[in-house]
Amino acid sequence: MSIRHPSFPAAVVLALSLAAAAVAQTRPIAFQGGRILPVEGAPIERGVLIVQDGKIVAVGPQDSTPIPSGAEVRDVSGKVLMPGLVDSHSHIGGGSGVGADGSGPIQPEVRALDGIDVGSSSIAKARAGGITTVNVMPGSGHLISGQTLYLKLRPARTIDDLLIRLPDGSPAGGLKMANGTNPRRDAPFPGTRGKAASLVRERYVAAQEYQAKVARAKDDPEKRPARDLALEQLGEVLAGRRVVQHHSHRHDDIMTVLRLSKEFGFKVVLHHVSEGWKVADEIAAAGVACSIIYVDSPGGKLEARDMDIRIGAIMEKAGVRVGFHTDDPITDSRLFLRSAGMAVRGGMSRDGALAGLTLANAEILGLQDRIGSLTPGKDADFVVLSGDPLSVYTHVEQTWIEGALAFDRSRPADHLWAVGGPGAGDPLRPHYCCFGNAWGVIAAANAAAQ
Amino acid sequence: MKTFSFLRVLPSLSLARPSARCVARTLAPALLALMIAVPASSAAPEAASPAPAAPVSAPSVAIRGDTVYPVNGSPLKDGLVLIREGRIVYVGPAAGQSYGADVRELRAAVVVPGLVDARATVGVSGMLNQPHDQEQVDRSAPLQPELRAVDAYNARDELVAYVRARGVTTVHTGHGPGVTISGQTLVVKTKGRTAEADVLRPAAMIAATLGADATTADRGKSPGTPAKAVALLRTELIKAKEYADKRAKLPEDKRPPRDLRMEALGRALDGSQPLLISVDRGRDILAALRVAREFNLKIVLEGCAEAPLVLDEIRTSGFPVVLHPTMERSFGTRENLSMETAAVLRRAGIPFAIQSGFEDYVPKTRIVLYEAAVAAGQGLDRDAALAAITLDAARIIGVADRVGSLEVGKDGDVALYDGDPFEYVTRCVGVVIDGVVYPGE
Repeated sequence: MSIRHPSFPAAVVLALSLAAAAVAQTRPIAFQGGRILPVEGAPIERGVLIVQDGKIVAVGPQDSTPIPSGAEVRDVSGKVLMPGLVDSHSHIGGGSGVGADGSGPIQPEVRALDGIDVGSSSIAKARAGGITTVNVMPGSGHLISGQTLYLKLRPARTIDDLLIRLPDGSPAGGLKMANGTNPRRDAPFPGTRGKAASLVRERYVAAQEYQAKVARAKDDPEKRPARDLALEQLGEVLAGRRVVQHHSHRHDDIMTVLRLSKEFGFKVVLHHVSEGWKVADEIAAAGVACSIIYVDSPGGKLEARDMDIRIGAIMEKAGVRVGFHTDDPITDSRLFLRSAGMAVRGGMSRDGALAGLTLANAEILGLQDRIGSLTPGKDADFVVLSGDPLSVYTHVEQTWIEGALAFDRSRPADHLWAVGGPGAGDPLRPHYCCFGNAWGVIAAANAAAQ
Repeated sequence: MKTFSFLRVLPSLSLARPSARCVARTLAPALLALMIAVPASSAAPEAASPAPAAPVSAPSVAIRGDTVYPVNGSPLKDGLVLIREGRIVYVGPAAGQSYGADVRELRAAVVVPGLVDARATVGVSGMLNQPHDQEQVDRSAPLQPELRAVDAYNARDELVAYVRARGVTTVHTGHGPGVTISGQTLVVKTKGRTAEADVLRPAAMIAATLGADATTADRGKSPGTPAKAVALLRTELIKAKEYADKRAKLPEDKRPPRDLRMEALGRALDGSQPLLISVDRGRDILAALRVAREFNLKIVLEGCAEAPLVLDEIRTSGFPVVLHPTMERSFGTRENLSMETAAVLRRAGIPFAIQSGFEDYVPKTRIVLYEAAVAAGQGLDRDAALAAITLDAARIIGVADRVGSLEVGKDGDVALYDGDPFEYVTRCVGVVIDGVVYPGE
């Protein structure tokens, strides 16, 4: 993938990105001989995957899938190919700098776009884990902590290199909301669950009225209300153009999410859902998808005490669409495949678990037409594995994004991201830290000298 | 809530006398929740009355495995481990062996020694993560070696039963990292009764931390830097040496009064209760080795994220390493940790074990089996990975005469799995401690 010039205006970048993909790789590449797990469709024992111009052009058995003349053929015998992993909830690229601040519990106007550090080592580590698309979320310390951002983990110099553009050119993303204990603090934050729901309802009611005013004004700028970045975004949610990605653990908090979603008609995905197994039928009846996390033990916070490894299995059985997430740094992006292994240990079907890493998450992000399975026409995002995706002994050998090699474990620099070691820490942090300290020391010395 | 019909219970484990509690596990999540809410009932798995304090009355158990890994020897196909009165009396081929009808028979695909976690805080740092169940660090002073782990260990914390259900039968737990000396540690079996009833070594080690993780940013509070922490530690060790000398040499009326802190450090000085020093940066590992040399201490290095940078120094010291969890979050002093360090230590010939460590957030504890599994997935040979959570761990924490391998005469501690214990999809299907059978996952 070529690196685009950062100073071009967004519209030019958009146009260029379409052109760039075409320029980047016109010669088809055929990956031949590996076991292919397309996720949509049955496994292919000895298959061929053909990609061209950043897209998948063919997937099929080796003996019945013709390889175009002039194609670069790569032998992947003994390997396993599956779609690039999609992580529906992560905090790579900056952590707490990505979302709202402590000034209030509801800040939908804050964009992850303005806070992500593309130089963070966490992004390189996610590529090493086979993650090709990720939903970077602001934290859960607010009722509404800001706009999330869906990213393709292409090689990047600036955040623009990572964006997934919607047809109107705007970057794809959701709205992060949370309930339960995380957003509970001293005023103006809520002190109780009832207060939390009330604050959220007030803002959505305000957004409805704002929307109505805008609609009544039609094209008359005199009648149009003053722009309000927060209400505009809630309006996007009410209009169904932005999905609410909602942190919720306890069964009663989950029910509150479903209640608010019904009242205001917004589209929502439940995240973490620790006690979802207690209300699986209700979640299924509401038609709400879940993005769940697997951790090695319950506890660590009161709301997580009833976490259970069987949750994926229970949800699957109830008919809920289930994706997984790392919540990086809660779990490590490099070990995202492990979530599927744990899901199967907890009784989930193998197919469901593999979809939980890929297609289900693509649906959770509304990107299922572009990513999530090895299907002709979709983006050429896939991973080459050394063995079965559910085995602890399997390594992600290569990560391909839009037909370009984004991670290769055999390269020493990439191996470092894959396993860690001296130099795998964040290169930027010591820099900031030491300048800060040095200035502090100099200031103190000056003060002492005077 | 629906029944858990997909939940296969103890799949390859045939129970001659199926326990009512095991069957109950299949019924409903409500029951599961009930069990969680009443940890006391899950602590004594089969007895209506409290489980016996001594293993003498434990029933005889025959454990057959498609593969039995004794750890101190070669794997056995179709192997048998026979336990009588809480101790192992036979390990070998199952063929030709007979035992009485009174012997309870268990079967599993894979049988290994009960797992030994070389460094945990389970039972001290409780599941709920609320002030009332977090006993791992008191921050009122930087050096408190007199704090005993037996006074802090809650055998009935739900996490104790949780790690046991995944195969962990012995833990080295106690005061945690985070201050220069936080207190003592103990070694217990995960039976979940009381500290006294379950303990193997009540005063195993003294937990210390060097480096940025044990400094305070509060103005005027010490230690504010890693170097200051070393100075504090050295000062206290010198005091303890002088105290010990005076107590030993002076006539009774001239002796200094008893001082619990000095007594504890005295045990660190004479090697009977070694310092377990948590260090991650290369610089801090070297500082720990320097202090050990100065005071001729026997120490155990713990954490050691940057061990690959100072491998020669660690090897030359001869001290063992209790390595950080393989999946530890790589932040702060651990930003450079590698999932391959276990393999690196193995190649360097440095004795090591793998730990579950301390977690201050979700998940509240790690499972040492899974940490070894990922090390095995990242280049550590599987036998070494298993040893790192059984026999090698038992050696480092001083209980290898009792646990860590399947040998005649050792405690009847066994973990049973329905496949390769390291694989993500494998389940623990049963656990035996001193011949007493506990449920698996």
